[in-house]
This record gives sequence, structure tokens and C-alpha cells, in this order.
Amino acid sequence: MPTPVSALSLQRPRTLTAALAMLADDPTLTPIAGCTDVFVNLHFGTLENRRFVDLWGLDELRGIRAGASGASRASIRIGALATYTDIIRSPLVQRRVPMLVAAAREVGGAQIQNRGTLGGNIANASPAGDTLPVLAAAGARVVLRSAKGERTVPFNGFYTGYRTSVRQPAELITAVEIPPIEGRQWWRKVGTRRAQAISKVMMAGVRGRTVRVAIGSVAPTVVQATAAAEVLTKGGSIADAQTALRSEITPIDDIRSTGEYRLRVAENLLAAFWRETK
Amino acid sequence: MIAVINGRRCKLDVHPMKRLLDVLREDCGLTGTKEGCGEGECGACTVLVDGVAVDACLVPAAHADGCAIVTIEGAGRVRAGKALQEAFVKHGGAQCGICTPGMILAAMPVRAGASLEEIKTALAGNLCRCTGYLSIFRSVQAGLKTRPKKKRARANAR
Ligand SMILES: Cc1cc2nc3c(=O)[nH]c(=O)nc-3n(C[C@H](O)[C@H](O)[C@H](O)COP(=O)(O)OP(=O)(O)OC[C@H]3O[C@@H](n4cnc5c(N)ncnc54)[C@H](O)[C@@H]3O)c2cc1C
Ligand code: FES
Ligand code: FES
Repeated sequence: MPTPVSALSLQRPRTLTAALAMLADDPTLTPIAGCTDVFVNLHFGTLENRRFVDLWGLDELRGIRAGASGASRASIRIGALATYTDIIRSPLVQRRVPMLVAAAREVGGAQIQNRGTLGGNIANASPAGDTLPVLAAAGARVVLRSAKGERTVPFNGFYTGYRTSVRQPAELITAVEIPPIEGRQWWRKVGTRRAQAISKVMMAGVRGRTVRVAIGSVAPTVVQATAAAEVLTKGGSIADAQTALRSEITPIDDIRSTGEYRLRVAENLLAAFWRETK
Repeated sequence: MIAVINGRRCKLDVHPMKRLLDVLREDCGLTGTKEGCGEGECGACTVLVDGVAVDACLVPAAHADGCAIVTIEGAGRVRAGKALQEAFVKHGGAQCGICTPGMILAAMPVRAGASLEEIKTALAGNLCRCTGYLSIFRSVQAGLKTRPKKKRARANAR
């Protein structure tokens, strides 16, 4: 049963500062961005939250640019409200993080890409979030801000469990920073069809002096396959890397796939990554 | 909420979290925008908001405030839309017609001369239970061919 609209409220701050003040006053407010997750949940009646704060108009959270300040000079900064379409069209992201462009192209269809945001994908914290393995393999950082100030946390320490993260209720994700990535980037998503499909397994890989591999949909949160990557970094065989991978992920059975299927697909993806980035 | 809907300025007294789909159908009487799934899967509710194709079932009224909206009722007033509508008629792009408004709106921002692959990508978020898609792709290809040069730029604008 859809949640009746009369039960809902929406606050519409004009600035980020105003939005953060509203959240400081009432941390139970739920932010909304492109609404491609929130409105699905409202339609199903599965969202408990009734009171929302609108981020969509906050242009401070838009924009993709080369990092400017201090140590992060070489990083690129992607605003939380950047949509998949913004990412696909950004020459900067195309040049620096092609695997993120590849992942964005496979999210939903054009209508979802036009509205769904990077911040929403991270905050929604679904194990099947397509950008998450990319951000993990890229060694990204998440910029969080509350009325009290800003902090930057490594993406690989962002999630604490199934759909939980270090983000405090009064904090917003304002941006994602991606450092320069050394090596060839690779991305692959396996779903039931090519568009509008939730991932069964997806993998992002970076093949540089050190190899980095991250996999989605095989655990409660995105996982870095550190053991498998280490085997590859040290010049080990793909078979040994696959064995290492088997020991570090334990995917579950659910409505979309069985755990055994996911494990096999993950192994095959690892081999494809290695073959295709030679 | 104030919006320009199909070229007409409208002032509507609606809840900011009301789905744009319901605003169009219930408050504006524009029932050409269809609800298939209500969850972003089928694209039947596709409209253009400031030239960008979106699923109206996933857009709160607040996000259409101050925007220019085009629905199927207004598509024919733009030459790009008119060309697509005529091509759908001519090439059998519609059978039951439920998906058709969404298909046409999703195709409107596609650049003239787009490849079949680009057309498929643009329509990947639109489902049809009747045609098997081939006649839809044929219709869009034909509609994009007859699109006059001048209007292309506007239809492509984001
Ligand atoms: C048909 C369909 C297909 C889809 N396909 C895919 C797919 O292929 N791959 C995929 O990964 N996802 C997919 N999704 C899910 C969804 O589109 C993405 O997760 C999207 O990135 C969510 O972004 P949004 O801006 O729409 O988030 P919203 O729905 O606005 O918000 C989602 C959650 O994030 C929170 N939030 C949003 N922005 C912030 C912020 N800046 N700070 C703090 N919290 C925030 C909200 O409170 C909410 O809890 C699909 C959805 C649909 C309906
Ligand atoms: S009704 Fe909106 S996508 Fe199906
Ligand atoms: S013509 Fe019937 S759903 Fe497409």
C-alpha cells in the first residue's frame, strides 16, 4: 500500500547551511535527493519516515571539479547531487575514473540516470549499489557535513554493516573525493538483463603496481577482495587468486541468486578482469 | 507549485511530496501520462522536466516547481514530438498504447541521426508488453529522420 501523501511533510531549505540547521534541530528528518529509492519505498509503503528535507535544490552539492585544497589537490571532487547522467557526461570523470562512468551507464535506464545521484547511492547503502565497488577500488573518500562541521572519511571505512554506516543522522554526504588512480580500471556488472536490473554481482578492478579489487552484492556491504588482489599484485596465478577470493567472500542465497552462483560469477569476473586488462 | 506545462503557465495547490504523475493526471487532467508500475521500472509515466526525461512516478511535485514540463499532450506541439507521433502511427509503434506516451517522451531528447544502439539505450527504461520493440525502434528511427534540423538543438538541450 502506498504511503498516503497527506501523512508526509517536506521542508525545503534554500542553502546547505539551512538544511544542516534543520537536521541539527531534528535528526529524524530524512533527506531526499533524486528520490529514485525514496519514492519506490513510499510506493511500497515500506518507508517508516514521514518527514523529509529536500536537498535537490541545493546547487552547492552539485558539480564535479578537480580538487583545489591542500593534500587533495590531485583528487577530483564529485558533489553528492551529481546524477549518473552528470557523471557519464563529465570529461573529468571520463578521463580520471572511467570505471565510474562505465558503472553509471549501467544504472537503471535513462530516466533513472537523469535523477539518481551518487550521494543517494552511497547513503541508500544497498549491497547492490553499483557505484560502491568503484568507490572502494578507487580508494575514494566521503565528505560528511553537519551543522558542527565537516569531516572526511575513507570510503572503505564508511559502512559498518548491512545498511549501516558511520554517517550520523544529522550529517549529509556533501561530496566524494577520488584520488588519482594508477593503473588500468575495469568494471563489470552481472544482472538479469542489460538495463533496469539490480546487480547479482559486480566487480571493479584497478590493475596497477598494486592491484585492487572490490565486489558488490556478495556480502552485507561492498567488500574489497584484498587477499585475491595481493596474490595478483605479487604475480601469482589467476587460479591462486580465485582460491584466495573463495576464502574471503561468502555470498548468500536470496531472491536474485544463490550464493554458489555468485561465488562462481565472482571468480569468473576476476579472471575476466585479469584477461581484459593485460 | 508553479510550472509551465505544455507551454501553459500553471499555478497548482498541491502537496510538495505528491507524485508529479498524480499532479498531472489528477490536478491537470492530463491523463495521457500513464502509470504502469509506480516504481520506476516501466517508463510509462515518462515526461520531460526542463527537457530531461524522468519517471513522473518518482518525482515529487516540489522538484517540478519552477520547471517546464512536457507530457504527451504537449509533445505534438513540438516538431520533434510531432514527427515521432506520426512515425509511431505509420510504422506500427503502438499496439495497446499504454507504453506509447512514455516511449515518445523518452525518444524526444535523442539526437537526430542517433544510431540504433543509442536509441536502444535511450529507451532502455521503457517496457512494452505488446510490440516486441522492433516496431518501436523502427518508429523512433523514422521519427528522428524526419525531425527538422533547427529543432534538434532544443530537443537535445538539458
Ligand atoms: C527502476 C530503478 C532502477 C535502478 N537501478 C539501479 C542500478 O542499476 N544500480 C544501482 O546502484 N541503483 C539502482 N537504482 C537505485 C537508485 O536509483 C540509486 O540508488 C540512486 O543512486 C539513488 O539516488 P537518489 O538521489 O535517487 O536517492 P534518494 O532516493 O533521494 O535517496 C536515497 C537514500 O539516500 C539518502 N540520501 C540521499 N542523498 C543524501 C545525501 N547527500 N546525504 C545523506 N543522505 C542522502 C536518502 O535519505 C535516502 O535514504 C534503481 C532504482 C530504480 C527505481
Ligand atoms: S509508472 Fe513510472 S516507471 Fe512505471
Ligand atoms: S503497445 Fe502495449 S505496452 Fe507497448
